[in-house]
Amino acid sequence: MAKSYQSKKPVGKMIFMGIISIALYVTLLSQQDMLNEYFGKGGVYAFLPIVTAFLFSYIHGTFTGDFWTVLGIEAARKKQEVK
Amino acid sequence: MHDTVNAVANFINLDTANIIYLFLVGFVGGLVSGFIGSGGAFVLTPAMMSMGVPGLVAVASNMCHKFPKALIGAIKRAKYGQVDVKLGIVLGISAEAGVLYGAHIQESIKKSFGEAGSNLYVSAAFVVILAVVGGFILIDAWKTYKSGNAHEEEKVTKLARWVQSVNIPGTMVYFKSIDAKVSVLFTLPLGFATGMLAATIAVGGFIGVPSMIYVLGAPSLMASATELVIAFVMGLGGSFKFAMHGLVDIRLAMIILAGSLFGIQLGAIGTTYVKPFMIKVVMGVIMVTVLFSRALMVPVYMSQLHLIQELSEGTAKSLKNVSFGIMIFALAMGAFIVLRAMWQGRKAERLLHTSEALGHGKV
Repeated sequence: MAKSYQSKKPVGKMIFMGIISIALYVTLLSQQDMLNEYFGKGGVYAFLPIVTAFLFSYIHGTFTGDFWTVLGIEAARKKQEVK
Repeated sequence: MHDTVNAVANFINLDTANIIYLFLVGFVGGLVSGFIGSGGAFVLTPAMMSMGVPGLVAVASNMCHKFPKALIGAIKRAKYGQVDVKLGIVLGISAEAGVLYGAHIQESIKKSFGEAGSNLYVSAAFVVILAVVGGFILIDAWKTYKSGNAHEEEKVTKLARWVQSVNIPGTMVYFKSIDAKVSVLFTLPLGFATGMLAATIAVGGFIGVPSMIYVLGAPSLMASATELVIAFVMGLGGSFKFAMHGLVDIRLAMIILAGSLFGIQLGAIGTTYVKPFMIKVVMGVIMVTVLFSRALMVPVYMSQLHLIQELSEGTAKSLKNVSFGIMIFALAMGAFIVLRAMWQGRKAERLLHTSEALGHGKV
């Protein structure tokens, strides 16, 4: 009842993850030719796009999650009726 | 090796306009899939192709953005208690088999009837499935809305009650979303059909989600969240298969992912604010709108196959443009309904808290 509706916002974490995320995208776009060469090789190199996708999703996914939290857009407090 | 060299040569040059475009379409696609469990692919693949990306590279790159997106969406919605991981994995594995079989059918149609034949098959599948399933979902959502029971828990269909009552020893598995034991002999064909549709029109969820709701008896919120697990399992396997042939353009996939991860987080949050039948509304509206888009393309392909009188180049081109425009409209409309419902939900929640606080004499 005395619980505050304001929770601490992960601003620092968002900025940190945001910077790493931007760094990843800068690398991706600045090294296009090299990336295309290796990622398009196929065969064993198939692991490259998969691992990259997981890495980006973790870093950028955490960032986007915190981004909305910092903006104050969070899940409804009243729990939905789900079985 | 020869294929690989070709594939690399097929990776297009990206300019800023293309990057922004992919980011935005990714965002809207992510928003919708965070909400209904899938969607976006039917716009993303043709959007990439319109930039000059070859069809297979577009499909492969789309899939490589889909599985990490679905993973993030599934994790988010699992926090809200909406995901049935076991059901998602069971359906996902059989969906994988459906994808492989669906791709095989696509190849043989392409061999026998050429590109136009394969396009006609895809469009016909779109029109028939979206008309039947999309129409059914919309009618159901409309009935719920009219009956004024939108707040109540959803009723389990007769079919689902029957499916839950069938006991085939040795095949029964308990699923928490259904809160009952169901024979995997029922889930296998459903997963398979989901995968086949995913291989055909890129959006397996249009079968996956309704079958979980109406055939298995899962609540809409859980069905749409669980679809994300299916999409992850299916997308991971599919991406790997395409990557083995060097077809994934990682730049395209990651740029779309950049936008769609913003979207999917927001879409997932949105589900906690709306009444469950809104999932059906969004899904039904998108399905029926996309149906019109594909129906317009049917005469184009039929004329290419000389099944009807040949259309003039101008007519074919304008039909194509209108068809693509309607698809973008369908996605935008889905996103609009999600955002609007979320906005209203948040407003209602704020009002509730204010009145509660007033009630407690805190303000």
